[in-house]
Amino acid sequence: MKKARVKLYFPREWVSKPLMSEVIQRYGITFNILHADITYDSAGTIIAEFSGDDSAVNGALDYIDSLGVSYKLYNKSIIRKEDECIDCGACTAVCPSEALTMDENNKLQFDKEKCLVCELCIKACPLGIISIEF
Amino acid sequence: MKTVAEINEKIKSGKAVVVTAEEIIGIAEEKGYEEAAEMIDVVTTGTFGPMCSSGVFINFGHTSPPIKMQTVTLNDVPAYAGLAAVDAYIGATELSQSRGMEYGGGHVIEELVAGRDVELKAKAHGTDCYPRKEVETTINKDNVNQIYMYNPRNAYQNYPAATNSTEKTIYTYMGTLLPKFGNITYSTAGELSPLLNDPYYRTIGLGTRIFLGGAQGYVSWQGTQHNPEQKRGENGVPMSLSGTLAVTGDLRDMSDRYVKAAVYDKYGISLFVGIGIPIPILDAEMLKFTAVKNSEIVTALADKSGKEKMTESFTYEQLQSGSVEFRGNRVKTAPLSSISRAREIAELLKEWIEKGEFLLTEPVAALPLENKVNKLDIREMK
Repeated sequence: MKKARVKLYFPREWVSKPLMSEVIQRYGITFNILHADITYDSAGTIIAEFSGDDSAVNGALDYIDSLGVSYKLYNKSIIRKEDECIDCGACTAVCPSEALTMDENNKLQFDKEKCLVCELCIKACPLGIISIEF
Repeated sequence: MKTVAEINEKIKSGKAVVVTAEEIIGIAEEKGYEEAAEMIDVVTTGTFGPMCSSGVFINFGHTSPPIKMQTVTLNDVPAYAGLAAVDAYIGATELSQSRGMEYGGGHVIEELVAGRDVELKAKAHGTDCYPRKEVETTINKDNVNQIYMYNPRNAYQNYPAATNSTEKTIYTYMGTLLPKFGNITYSTAGELSPLLNDPYYRTIGLGTRIFLGGAQGYVSWQGTQHNPEQKRGENGVPMSLSGTLAVTGDLRDMSDRYVKAAVYDKYGISLFVGIGIPIPILDAEMLKFTAVKNSEIVTALADKSGKEKMTESFTYEQLQSGSVEFRGNRVKTAPLSSISRAREIAELLKEWIEKGEFLLTEPVAALPLENKVNKLDIREMK
């Protein structure tokens, strides 16, 4: 099982075609859109997570690349030492995507799916317990 | 109706009814103030926020031959030694001489609380009675004579929320503030906060026994910048900067769960201090004060760039919701003080009282209700 977070660059000619549904059927992967900046008549980008067997995910990425849809892999992610976190909330002040939020019990929640890996929270954490994992 | 002595008798016999400042809200709504005041003996409060005006007195003990320490560092963080020979005070915001803003007094204090060794370096000019000129050794909380926290200003009764009117991100003790009112930060335990539950300092005063950093400590004086004359709402609760406490307690009994160093990016060092204060329910008025809730506590908004005079204010219920309506936009709000740990402190203090380990005190003297805060004028030097 593999998960790959990627930013896909769709050239204009591919934007109006059902490329991703073909890839999903062909490789049996799941495709979860995290952020999309794309309209039907111009080039655009989609940040998405592919998951499935290693060979299927790699095959799908190679396939779309061969068709001219290039991609960038996000291989970093934010990690927090949860047992040391005091739930103060200072990191939520700078998080642009609401990946870091306070829940109804005033505890910090981190939604990895929403994280853009912008790294602003690393310096905003007064305890220095957020870091980047490669 | 009830005296502190009567409540203490109940605590000693294990019969006192103790609830937290959050729990009392529902009880008061259900029973009404009069009946709830009969039922409840003590309401516990708590706060765990960054409190810059904090520090620790240490007496290191004498060397042989002795030294009158003139300059002192602890893990390369300067401590003030303009006292008797081996007394010093380390303040939370002092910066390391070698590591700048990443390490400071707050970290030294946290390490001492945790029981770790800290490097002591002292220098002196040498006198007939104190001939030694230098000391280099390690100390910890167990091998010094006295080590007690003395915080000149903690537990602010209320504190304005912060924002930034300028075009650039600013880095402050209220966290990172994004350009053009991009976010609002606030620091409070709200309805759990000690002085918000006793707005006129009827039960909290000099000598009040408190939870301090996991130990039993005391209110030792009014805090610096104590400002009881702040504008108050109909419920008596001040609507901006107001009362403060000076507090003290034995560092040896503290826990690093409730004393934590903090670094604010491009600002410097502070210290999270855990404080909990029990409020004796003497009568229905005290019950009513402790039943205050976030929707009834208002705070002002301050532009931390100092450029704009703000007129807006918000309730803590609005601020805690995660965003507020501000000049036609939704603006994200973020806390700086840990409400979940404040709740934990109020719960722990409740447990101590229920077990009879913590008795309430009557103030030796009241905190002043009249006091003006002066500005520092820049006067012409003669």
